[in-house]
Amino acid sequence: MHPIIKLVSQRLALGLLLLLGASALIFGLTEALPGDAAQAVLGQSATPEALANLREEMGLNRPALTRYFEWLGGIFQGDLGQSLTNKLDISESIGKRLGNTLFLACVAAIVSVPLAIFLGLLAVRYRNRWPDKLISAITLTTVSIPEFLIGYVVIYYISVKLGWFSSLAMVNDSMSFGQKLNAIALPAFVLTLVVLAQMMRMTRAAILNLMQSAYIETAELKGLSTFQVIARHAFPNAISPIVNVVMLNLAYLVVGVVVVEVVFVYPGMGQYLVDAVTKRDVPVVLACGVVFAAVYIGLNMVADIVSILANPRLRHPK
Amino acid sequence: MNEQLTHMSKQVTAGKLTRREFMGKAAALGVSAAIASNMFAEAARAAGPKKGGDLKFGLQGGESTNSLDPATYASSVPFQNGKQFGDQLVEVAPDGTIEPRLAESVEGSADAKVWTFKLRQGVEFHNGKTMTSDDVLKTMQRHSNEDSKSGALGIMKGIESMKADGDNFQVTLTEPNADLPYLMADYHLIIQPDGGMDNPAAGIGTGPYKLEVDEPGVRHLFTKNENHWNSDFGNFDSVEVVVINDATARTAALQSGQVHAVNRVEPKVADLLGRAPNLTVHSTAGRGHYVFIMHCDTAPFDNNELRTALKYAINRAELVDKVLRGYGSIGNDMPINAAYPLFDETIEQREFSIEKAAEHYKKSGHDGSPIILRVADGAFPGAVDAAALFQQTAAQAGIPLEIKREPNDGYWSEVWNVQPFCASYWGGRPVQDQMYSTAYLSTADWNDTRFKVQAFDDMLFAAKAELDVEKRKSIYSQMGRMVRDEGGLICPMFNDFVEGISNQLDGWESDPTQEMMNGNISRKMWFV
Repeated sequence: MHPIIKLVSQRLALGLLLLLGASALIFGLTEALPGDAAQAVLGQSATPEALANLREEMGLNRPALTRYFEWLGGIFQGDLGQSLTNKLDISESIGKRLGNTLFLACVAAIVSVPLAIFLGLLAVRYRNRWPDKLISAITLTTVSIPEFLIGYVVIYYISVKLGWFSSLAMVNDSMSFGQKLNAIALPAFVLTLVVLAQMMRMTRAAILNLMQSAYIETAELKGLSTFQVIARHAFPNAISPIVNVVMLNLAYLVVGVVVVEVVFVYPGMGQYLVDAVTKRDVPVVLACGVVFAAVYIGLNMVADIVSILANPRLRHPK
Repeated sequence: MNEQLTHMSKQVTAGKLTRREFMGKAAALGVSAAIASNMFAEAARAAGPKKGGDLKFGLQGGESTNSLDPATYASSVPFQNGKQFGDQLVEVAPDGTIEPRLAESVEGSADAKVWTFKLRQGVEFHNGKTMTSDDVLKTMQRHSNEDSKSGALGIMKGIESMKADGDNFQVTLTEPNADLPYLMADYHLIIQPDGGMDNPAAGIGTGPYKLEVDEPGVRHLFTKNENHWNSDFGNFDSVEVVVINDATARTAALQSGQVHAVNRVEPKVADLLGRAPNLTVHSTAGRGHYVFIMHCDTAPFDNNELRTALKYAINRAELVDKVLRGYGSIGNDMPINAAYPLFDETIEQREFSIEKAAEHYKKSGHDGSPIILRVADGAFPGAVDAAALFQQTAAQAGIPLEIKREPNDGYWSEVWNVQPFCASYWGGRPVQDQMYSTAYLSTADWNDTRFKVQAFDDMLFAAKAELDVEKRKSIYSQMGRMVRDEGGLICPMFNDFVEGISNQLDGWESDPTQEMMNGNISRKMWFV
């Protein structure tokens, strides 16, 4: 078997095992939280009778292990089950939410990843001169300000004062692709500002590191322009650390944007998960948790594989 | 110029001039925008409600876990949804009287034990079925039977039997209750086809708007029900309820015109928001109150001297000023205020007094160990700050309060009604009887102050059976004094409903029963 295929299948199997562990952990932690779905739903208006009736209806009277293995059994048949609180089909609700989250993450990534890498290359080209300092100053500022604050500032100026874009990033099925893009313009902009710095700094650092190498000197002596040297000779060798940090940021764009979702009223996965946790809606928490874990594990796997492919020594082991 | 303006106003009333045209012409005549805007609003109001337009709410209080089943309603968005697609038998009018809805009239027997609701005929559900007394009966059964999990279960106690009889629905009580119609106005008691027994969360009712889109925690879209039994209700083509839980996002959406009405404007921004030209901030005195509750049966709070000391040690005016920023009124350690019918204005207001607090504290003989007060901002907005202010004034009287912060998450199940001293919130009830029966009767599930006094219970039952209004008022007055002087409730303030409404809407009326005009904005307001 080709070593790459072998590696991928090993990683996949390990990933599935990790997912299983993650689901057990999430289930255990949600169970450990005080209260249950029945209490959370009834809230201040809970009476003992109503609580007992609701627990019975939700099936919360059965032992925790039974409920976990039932859920697991459902998963292997591709059934995520029903929400405890509103009885809606989880696959359907999560499908829409996940679609929205991925859409926003994709748009933000399509803008931010090339931009960050380009700015990184630019910063190396003009290192320690004003473009380098300006790029670093701006990106470090935006990454240091809490994202909700950037969100509010953007809403205040672009939406309330100028009226260019809507502050509500509401998307639904009846909207065209262009309308959706328009609706998510502001959150995508904010997310871009948030993830730009880390990727740009890593690109800059990784390439600067290589610029001391002998082969870069050779390239320079051949008479190539500085930018050509960076893009053609330094960058391919710096791919591994850059891909790693890019993947980390992509994972963040999928699983970590709940604050931005709240500020822009975007119907993504983050808010869905937070609501489910506060209401102790265990099947929904599990489903969201597993999806998030899968995204993390998957993206990390991609980063590893790309690193290996980018490195001739690992690609052709002796 | 005046003649010209009068003529233009008449044209507006006749619907011949739009707002834009009116403002333009008025400006040409040298009238300031503010005055012209007022004149336009007045002229438009004279024309009466206009039909049409798409109303958008931006509301706090919606989660992706919400269901359309009326039995589960516990927050603002489900409440508002229910008001769109459903009707109760009766509704509490803004002036506190009972207004007919699906019942044309209500009649009580002389002993206030048997109540007959005469049902409106020819009312159609959104699925085309005609409403019958059987649907009403089954709805009430679903909210009150043994396996019910309804939020209205508490108020449905005390019903001995119910029956559907032709056009009538009849309730027989175990004990007399002169206020029964108010119980039937509860927002959970939306009449559903077959009582919602088969599919409670279908969102099918008799209301002025029909459900189109249901995305819990995101938005709910309703369109006009052309067959509604009252064509005066519901002036809009569609109503959209958008969930915006973040306060800043909510006000931004209102300011930029993306929604027309928002709830829960934060008191600290209300003044600033009110200065925006295209909207009005309405503050409505309600019956909701922010409280600290002590269990009367748990040491050290089983000592009335200590309870009284704590009541004197809180600076109500300061709390209203700093926590509510003036959007509220001071409380008097009882759950009742002037927003209730039959309120006795002569009950003396308890004033903040360090000396009296110290005096009662001394008499209580408390050993000086810290008194633990549990709070979370989830109890009421600003609860942690309020507790800190309380701690400082109590310290002046020598009372050692220790604040213990609790997580918001699980507060209502782990702290409230469990711990002996904590912060809490009560939304109030339409009538005094219901408030006292819910939380001050010895046997009430939600007796969160563990106030168990036989004399009080006796008075409560006497008032229920008393049909003479003056006599009831005097009984309620005695009960109020009793809770104030012996109860476990420290009630520093009643909060106002603070809401932002776009100036494109007209027809606002203050309603103390629930927020957002008791959920009647989409029924009663209209686009100018």
